[in-house]
Amino acid sequence: MPLLWVFLIVLTIAIGGYFAGRMRVLQHAGGDRRKMHSLPNYYGGNVAIKAAVPAFFLLVAWLLIQPWIVNSSVSNLIPDSAIAESSSRGLVLSEVRRAANGLDMAVAQGALSEDDARQPDADVTDISAKLQASGAIVTSQITPPVLQAAQRYRDLNTQGSTWMAIAVISLAVAGALWGLRGAVPDYRARNVVETAVRYLLIGAASIAILTTLGIVLSLVFNTIEFFRLYPAADFFFGTNWAPSFSGRGGSSDLGVLPLLWGTFYISIVALAVAIPIGLFAAIYLSEYATPRIRSIAKPLLEVLAGIPTIVYGLFALLTVGPLLVSVFGRDGLGIMQAGTAVVTAGLVMGIMLIPFVSSLSDDIINAVPQAMRDGSYGLGATKSETIRQVVLPAALPGIVGAILLAASRAIGETMIVVLGAGAAARLSLNPFDAMTTVTAKIVSQLTGDADFASPEALVAFALGMTLFVITLGLNIFALYIVRKYREQYD
Amino acid sequence: MSDASLSPTGAPERRHKSLLTVDSRTARRNAAEKRFRFYGIGAILIGVFFIVVLAFSIIRSGLPAFTHTVVAVDFTLSEEGFAEAEGQLFKTKAYEGLLIEEIRGALEAEGISVSFDAAAIGRLLGKPGGTLRDHYRANAQDLGTPVRFELAAASRVDGYLTGRVTRDTLQDSRFLEAGDLDLIDALVEAGIITRAFNWNFITGADSGVDNPGGAGIGASVVGSLFMMLVVLVLSLPIGVAASIYLEEFAPQNRFTDLIEVNISNLAAVPSIVFGILGLAVFIQFMHLPQSAPLVGGLVLTLMTLPTIIISTRASLKAVPPSIREAALGVGASKMQTVFHHVLPLAMPGILTGTIIGLAQALGETAPLLLIGMVGFVARGYPDGVVAGFTDPNSAMPAQIYTWAARADPSFYEKAWGGIIVLLVFLLSMNILAIILRRRFERRW
Repeated sequence: MPLLWVFLIVLTIAIGGYFAGRMRVLQHAGGDRRKMHSLPNYYGGNVAIKAAVPAFFLLVAWLLIQPWIVNSSVSNLIPDSAIAESSSRGLVLSEVRRAANGLDMAVAQGALSEDDARQPDADVTDISAKLQASGAIVTSQITPPVLQAAQRYRDLNTQGSTWMAIAVISLAVAGALWGLRGAVPDYRARNVVETAVRYLLIGAASIAILTTLGIVLSLVFNTIEFFRLYPAADFFFGTNWAPSFSGRGGSSDLGVLPLLWGTFYISIVALAVAIPIGLFAAIYLSEYATPRIRSIAKPLLEVLAGIPTIVYGLFALLTVGPLLVSVFGRDGLGIMQAGTAVVTAGLVMGIMLIPFVSSLSDDIINAVPQAMRDGSYGLGATKSETIRQVVLPAALPGIVGAILLAASRAIGETMIVVLGAGAAARLSLNPFDAMTTVTAKIVSQLTGDADFASPEALVAFALGMTLFVITLGLNIFALYIVRKYREQYD
Repeated sequence: MSDASLSPTGAPERRHKSLLTVDSRTARRNAAEKRFRFYGIGAILIGVFFIVVLAFSIIRSGLPAFTHTVVAVDFTLSEEGFAEAEGQLFKTKAYEGLLIEEIRGALEAEGISVSFDAAAIGRLLGKPGGTLRDHYRANAQDLGTPVRFELAAASRVDGYLTGRVTRDTLQDSRFLEAGDLDLIDALVEAGIITRAFNWNFITGADSGVDNPGGAGIGASVVGSLFMMLVVLVLSLPIGVAASIYLEEFAPQNRFTDLIEVNISNLAAVPSIVFGILGLAVFIQFMHLPQSAPLVGGLVLTLMTLPTIIISTRASLKAVPPSIREAALGVGASKMQTVFHHVLPLAMPGILTGTIIGLAQALGETAPLLLIGMVGFVARGYPDGVVAGFTDPNSAMPAQIYTWAARADPSFYEKAWGGIIVLLVFLLSMNILAIILRRRFERRW
């Protein structure tokens, strides 16, 4: 039975239970709500919760555990001799899964009858041909052990989903009946429902933790796998980035330093654009601008933060790059080879970061108490002197925090560098050279056709880990600075 | 009497004669003041300048994607002609022959003489015979009356008319020869080659790398919509529930502290790391279908949650305590207070935050690249709702990236056009958010 149906049936039972529970308690109370502990809806809700929650928990648990059991029992069917020299058990198992899916497709299209699909001693050549004819992705020839394993795989899965449907639906019915027993006026239904809702809320809040856990685990496991194949010292201290996608093991140089250098260089250029513009804009908006100008200019600058990064990437690639080449390129100063370069990406990323610096700094400058300014004016300082010598030093920790947040944005930014900075990993000081960054390489390593178990693909996880650690460190440091000094004037 | 001497020589010399005369130091300070002010104005003007340049280059480069070059022919086919064409062995070729006759006739009527053969028309138009045949087989009543056909011209014709291909740069190939340019000029003069609105760009799917003219963004718009549906259905309830817990019920302990710190950290994690998470957890570990809007939606949900939680908490906080106290005072439980009184009042703010979060998610590209939602799979529309979530598809930003990354520069125009479509969606979402905010704005 398809999963969707099981889901819908459980949902129907829960909804039916809701109305049944409501009706039953009203009957018991003789229609007099004053005799009931809770409102009728809570009695209904109590039944619905008891029907749906355990059933869904079972469903999820079953879905997580079944593939595990099926895989291990199918794996036992394949003798070691059936695994080719260059292959591994995992690859054979995925072959089995593909063959099983192919059998399903062939049966669904009528190319193969259900009985034929179950024949353990069927002619493998014939089956392979039929599978390919029905559009399944199988390798040229499936071997008898693979075919038998695939058949076993199908059997186990069909049985498993049947038993799952029976178990889940009967649990839902049992839960509904258990809930209906409580549909009597004295039952404290509201407390039960509210406890359940409370756990639901806690569960929702915990998703943030689960996400972080997911990020860390997916990075850590694959990174460890990578460091098993490739020495960590070469990764962290290597100055050459030259992955080879030919599949020959050990011929790639995967040093992270050129990528880190490119990342920092582009970020520094970006910040050199964003900090002065953003800071002066913030000062003007908070100290000089009339409310009217402020109400127009601030949202206008914030538009820059709302534009998708792919737009900036295209802008860098197709507008800014050619423009810079026409000035600094062969026809101009002759120091720029191509449109994709550190300055291109840095300049465009700087534009993107202006509102990050300006909005955050604006808030922080506004938070400096007026008394400090008045004191400065009272001593005879001009407005700009007050800003430079009183307001800015007071707001400095917050501004540094804002700049750090902008820097972590710049380091993690992907689309602008993928399109604007080029693909060459090099350690160069010339800002008109093409360079590449950690994020751009993550994209290129994971969107190629490389085998997923090769160091060339796995290195992306190590790069992701590096990126995650760096940006997390910057963020925490920025938050620490902002928090520590924010309370000074409160 | 005073002891002070009245003689002017005895008095100490005053440095300032009057407040009204400006000495050099004051002048310097005033100039510095003025300069400083200028820097501020300059910074804002630079920012605004960038917005204008960005908008200008998007519109200038993107608008051509919405029109395309068509060969517009008034074609009349008699019943005999139809029967004759259908009777031949190469039926579509027969239709093409008739079309060429029609074009020849139209050129003669305008008094323009240019020599061309069937191969030249083939280079300009591809194989239009099938289109003609399909039309007459489906609409027999059109036989004998003139029908206006607008046939899409090859992208190189487009390139010649827009100046991308010039006579100087043209190299004879099987796609376009120097003689064809004379024919194109003649056809333009006769009004047969014109520009028309390119519906295919709005509704079509991505094309192969060798057919920039046929590429459309429609299929990836559908992909984006299904993705946004997943994000909305998951992130709104989860985000609101999480905020309610943290804002209204959470005790101050280690666990809730951990959640708080986590949420603010997640808001700052680079988007590409979420892509890695999606790849490793949803595709590698859970074996969900690659390139599917479902997976893209899940990844973007996790990315959007912090945004929604932060804005929801702000709007819950804005509901005054008196509302809560009044509800508690008439005997509501804490849960009833929140769900019956606080939440409805906070709803407009929550919706505004959600729309802004969705708009951010709609423009996000990097994580989608990692889970395989790149354009070349967006070859067609998914059939059915379930297939819409699980079939390989692209999303608008990923489609734009694919076009920008292709070697043929004709695709750049499509990429800019795609950006206009994307920005129209974003703009309408933001306007909706602003309207909601205005409509329900409330002062306590």
